[in-house]
Amino acid sequence: MDAAALIDLVAPHVPGAALEAGSAVDMPVLYVPAGQLVAVCTALRDHGAFNLLIDITAVDYLPREPRYEVVYHLVSTEARRRLRMKVRVAAGTTVPTVQAVWPAAGWPEREVWDLFGIVFDGHPDLRRILTPDDWEGHPLRKDYPVQLRKTAQTYEPLQVTEQEFRSNIQRDRVTRDPGAKA
Amino acid sequence: MGLIDHRFPDNFITTNIDRVLTWARYSALWPMGFGLACCAIEMMAASASRYDISRFGAEVFRASPRQADLLIVAGTVTKKMAPVLRRLYDQMPEPKWVISMGSCSNAGGPFPTYSVLQGVDKIVPVDVYVSGCPPRPEALLYGLMRLQDRIRREGTVLRHERVIHVGDTEPTLING
Repeated sequence: MDAAALIDLVAPHVPGAALEAGSAVDMPVLYVPAGQLVAVCTALRDHGAFNLLIDITAVDYLPREPRYEVVYHLVSTEARRRLRMKVRVAAGTTVPTVQAVWPAAGWPEREVWDLFGIVFDGHPDLRRILTPDDWEGHPLRKDYPVQLRKTAQTYEPLQVTEQEFRSNIQRDRVTRDPGAKA
Repeated sequence: MGLIDHRFPDNFITTNIDRVLTWARYSALWPMGFGLACCAIEMMAASASRYDISRFGAEVFRASPRQADLLIVAGTVTKKMAPVLRRLYDQMPEPKWVISMGSCSNAGGPFPTYSVLQGVDKIVPVDVYVSGCPPRPEALLYGLMRLQDRIRREGTVLRHERVIHVGDTEPTLING
């Protein structure tokens, strides 16, 4: 199934879909406008059997405009086919999250935000994932100073309060031994 | 010792407490398994039968810092990992020692970049640096023997207590 066939497959379900085929080497490539991303993804999942989101990544094409491309890799385990989906993103604009379509999108979207600074609209938990919590900047941008020296954070804040820690222990105790007194 | 030497049956040894305690310390270093990269493979090779780190009493790799007194930092320490390493080090009971294994943990190695800590001595005090990329198991064993030499000289009873305050990387020596 090549890109043209996939466009025909999606078109009836997304009115006014402006999809275009990209140059393909190993799998078909679709360019999707950011505004139609969620609708196209839903159509691909429900009617194209793309039930698995492999990865989300991005490319920084500085100085070209629009600057970024967010790349989605999809697999259909039922129809045994793959698809690479790209979204062009200009600096300062956002991409809608596809977590409603594939819940697995949560962490890859965090990663793309962490390393490229591309904001995913509607993402419930857009925190740093690969760099430390106090990091400034987005390291995979082409204009990031790679030789930057920065002192390492030696302490990370406690992830639970003392009270939460104690209540967790108590809960475990009760789960292990339901007769234990609170 | 002259007065009491050879006054007892043959299975008695006279010595002093300091030497016994020091002997116990350097003969049973319990390392914490802290393999971070390819150096960890060499560390595993050092603990396997061919090189057999248990000849030096350091074969009990613990999975918990509470049970370990030697931290072998084997591999690249990223800045994401730095607070974790520091916390594990702080959780080890005194007395404790650190071997920095390989170029990465010595000085950042081939990664002079934003995400890699340029030497583990920036966050924990290091006793012995083992060079190599990665060091062969013999090199790690040699580093372990040099650490044992150091512990032998350190003394226990009148030892200078090494105290590392929160946020510091250099130990403060306090007269014991």
